[in-house]
Amino acid sequence: MRKIVSALGLLSLCTLAIAADAVGATEKQATNWHAIIMFCIFVTLTMGITYWAASRTKSTSDFYTAGGGITGFQNGLAIAGDYMSAATLLGLTAMVYMQGYDGYIYMLCFFAGWPIILFLMAERLRNLGKFTFSDITAYRLDQGKVRTMAAISSLTVVCFYLIAQMVGAGQLIKLLFGLDYNVAIFAVGILMMVYVTFGGMVATTWVQIIKAVMLLSGGTLVMFLAMSYFNFSFTNVMDQAMSVHKLGEKLMHPGSLLADPITAISLGLGLMFGTAGLPHILMRFFTVTDAKEARKSVLYASGFVAYFFNVIFLMGLTAIIIVGQNPDFFEGGEIGKKLIGGGNMVAMHLAKAVGGDMLLGFLAAVAFATILAVVSGLALAGASAISHDIYARVIKKGTASEAAEIRVSKIATICLGFVAIVLGIAFEKQNIAFMVGLAFGVAAAANFPVLILSMYWKGLTTRGALWGGYGGLVSAVLFVLFSKSVWVDVLGNAAPLFPYTQPALFAMPIAFLLAWIGSTSDASVRAQAEKEAFGDQYVRAQTGFGAASASNH
Amino acid sequence: MSSVMYERMRENPKFRELVAKRGRFAWTLAAIVLTMFYGFVMVVAFAPESLGQPIAEGSRWTVGLVAELFMFIFFWVLTAVYVRKANTEFDALSQEIVREAWKENK
Repeated sequence: MRKIVSALGLLSLCTLAIAADAVGATEKQATNWHAIIMFCIFVTLTMGITYWAASRTKSTSDFYTAGGGITGFQNGLAIAGDYMSAATLLGLTAMVYMQGYDGYIYMLCFFAGWPIILFLMAERLRNLGKFTFSDITAYRLDQGKVRTMAAISSLTVVCFYLIAQMVGAGQLIKLLFGLDYNVAIFAVGILMMVYVTFGGMVATTWVQIIKAVMLLSGGTLVMFLAMSYFNFSFTNVMDQAMSVHKLGEKLMHPGSLLADPITAISLGLGLMFGTAGLPHILMRFFTVTDAKEARKSVLYASGFVAYFFNVIFLMGLTAIIIVGQNPDFFEGGEIGKKLIGGGNMVAMHLAKAVGGDMLLGFLAAVAFATILAVVSGLALAGASAISHDIYARVIKKGTASEAAEIRVSKIATICLGFVAIVLGIAFEKQNIAFMVGLAFGVAAAANFPVLILSMYWKGLTTRGALWGGYGGLVSAVLFVLFSKSVWVDVLGNAAPLFPYTQPALFAMPIAFLLAWIGSTSDASVRAQAEKEAFGDQYVRAQTGFGAASASNH
Repeated sequence: MSSVMYERMRENPKFRELVAKRGRFAWTLAAIVLTMFYGFVMVVAFAPESLGQPIAEGSRWTVGLVAELFMFIFFWVLTAVYVRKANTEFDALSQEIVREAWKENK
């Protein structure tokens, strides 16, 4: 196996060498070397970690949850890393640059889910779960049916989220390396497959931690340098930004993105409860020793996330003046025309403006590392839904050997890699921050309601969980499909069938209502037994007695 | 076996104390966050202009900016408060409950 890791490592370095050639051939500037070298360092380092992790990944517990041996601080960084995707860095900076205050509202919505996860979920997740969140929803319900449902909705969320990441990767590499969009997508997909198949959760976690540290420090440096243009005065930034931005004094007013109340409320619900339903985030709760470390993870993660969102807000505001008033960053050199590389490149242009090619290279490497890390986390969550839930529990009914389960998850990772590549190419023209919003909507309506009911409501039965889960999933997907973003922008129809872009406000009540009707109308013997089993589950959730513990003892 | 243990723990009055105390504390904090956050979302939805007002004449700081920055900090402080209390007081109590259930075994 080690040989294959090194071979693939070499292969990816060859790809990079070809990439470098392509840059030499198509663009005269030699400046891109900074980015290439820094990215090579990152890939070499993470390949080394993957090589090391491969030797430590033997059991299913190692593969899915790093043996439960990650500390609260490490996991906090990794969660922050998982959560702060390229869409966060590129999409939200661009959103503040273009819409001002709306971007800041989005950020608070992304953040506000964390305290709720801590107060109501973290402890029970850790005490009840083992590898995937379906372990919790299926705890006292019909394993086969409930896990199939949870796996399908997990995979839907993973696919939506993957699209956003892959599109970001393609645009970024296209700009930096002068590579074809499709080639860039393939490079990301293949590197991700290497990390996950060989290194499992250990490698994924460390890639995530390194990337989180790089992202936090890189963002802070850009923000610091940009603010130095304004003597670190927020009032200075605002004075100048308002005088040049097309929104003028309206820059700090909630604007067009949240034009109607329904969209604003639906977005708030979707982002808050979507966070609590993302399979790759939920999975991180099982990598720590116990509930105590799980709580600490949330404390560190939410601290980093809150800090970084404020950094991004300042980056977006300063970019209005530093990038928005510099003709070098516009196509044809005309201020106000299309930005070079598209709207999502604001953060990159800012880095170049305040720190030159060196800082641009670093931030580009960070953004690329971010995409790789998040994609890896998503792929692992998706693969575990296929191998642990579908294969080991539904098809083999718990009789699969660990080796067979790991093999299936590796095959699943490779399949997901190819799905990501295909979808990344298909969705090239979509705004990436917006795609993440869609993933959150599905997570909030399909995963969250059943998960929270299974932990808090004694009356939930298999039938209720299935009705709620499938009802939430189907309605969220249909609302998205019929909304402007897919029905009009992708499928080319004249008018949307569903007038709002955010599904949560409508899909979440449908899921809860169906779960309630399905459960209360269920008078079967089996449903009675499921309700009675809640008692033991409740004690375990509260005390942690019987919870899956760290494997290294 | 474990079912017997769960039964014993459930009957321990300390278990009821743990559940009541921690539940009350967690739900109080959650209610604060949910009220403030959805209150803010409602203002965004129904009175967006009010967020764009400056906090003082001529200031570039708006009501919306100050409110958001406050929530970022305050919500994080609440997580710190919960983690502190849960990791000391509540965890000690729950360990006690498990220990007492084991003792009855012998």
